Amino acid sequence: MDFNDIDLLIMRATQAGLPLVAEPYQQLSEQLNLPVDIIMARLREMQNSGVIRRIGAVPNHYRLGYVFNGMSVWNVPDAQIDALGQQVGKLPFVSHCYHRPRHLPNWHYNLFAMVHGRTQDEVNTQIEQIAQVLGDYNRGHEVLYSTKILKKTGFRSGRNAKAT
Amino acid sequence: MAKNIFEPTYDSIDAQLINLLQEGFPICESPYQQVANQLGLSENAVLTRLQALLDDGVISRFGPLYHAERMGGALTLAAIEVPQEQFEQVTEMVNAFPQVAHNYARNHQLNMWFVLATETQQELEQTLIEIESQTGLRVFNMPKLNEYFVGLKLEA
Repeated sequence: MDFNDIDLLIMRATQAGLPLVAEPYQQLSEQLNLPVDIIMARLREMQNSGVIRRIGAVPNHYRLGYVFNGMSVWNVPDAQIDALGQQVGKLPFVSHCYHRPRHLPNWHYNLFAMVHGRTQDEVNTQIEQIAQVLGDYNRGHEVLYSTKILKKTGFRSGRNAKAT
Repeated sequence: MAKNIFEPTYDSIDAQLINLLQEGFPICESPYQQVANQLGLSENAVLTRLQALLDDGVISRFGPLYHAERMGGALTLAAIEVPQEQFEQVTEMVNAFPQVAHNYARNHQLNMWFVLATETQQELEQTLIEIESQTGLRVFNMPKLNEYFVGLKLEA
């Protein structure tokens, strides 16, 4: 089933989070004037179809001690990138792994993998592990660390919830 | 070797709760009770601890995480090389766009990286043009061409 109007209502009502009450879906039901069974069924359906990636907690990396958050960027051959990206994405410490476009001559990197560690050594080891997976296909890489959060809002009042 | 000097502001029960809630959350009548059962806690303890972790900012969000593109929205990652003397001014300009969800300074020649989230692809492209024209700087648009993995459990 497609993303429909009920889904949109549910999304808007939950984009800031789920109610912290014993029966959160019942509360949504009252708030939206929809049967609780429908709410739960639509949430399950959205989860199955991938509209909802998951329901759960998003921790603040820094508060869990993960102060080294690196965006590692790699130059790999386009012909191999899908196979390599799948392998890198399977590494347990990689949170996001994407193919993104190069902008030659300014930007050579096409594979992005976010890594997180509590120490610089930990991240260095993770980068070495990615380099091992890529082997000779690694034609160069860098790790960009965030030096400052300039803005972090997450969600808007419009159609888009905080999404990744 | 650098020592791990991290001292958590939460206790070991909170850590278990954070770890479990990163795995997912049940869709049933009393989901917090179900979580409580798994941890050997009372439902009330789960709710109280979760509220405190959110209030304290250890957890930044709790609820469904939506996939923007599957809802018809558009997302991209973009970067700008901002001359150091203009950094503050450009930060203000870029952040003023409501479409800019996150913005990070990074240690690279491309020193500003931001995520745009819009309702449509057209709005996304328009916003990129407006940012370029307001800042007078080139915006490198790096939309995802393929997604290999998204999701992570950070052990608390």
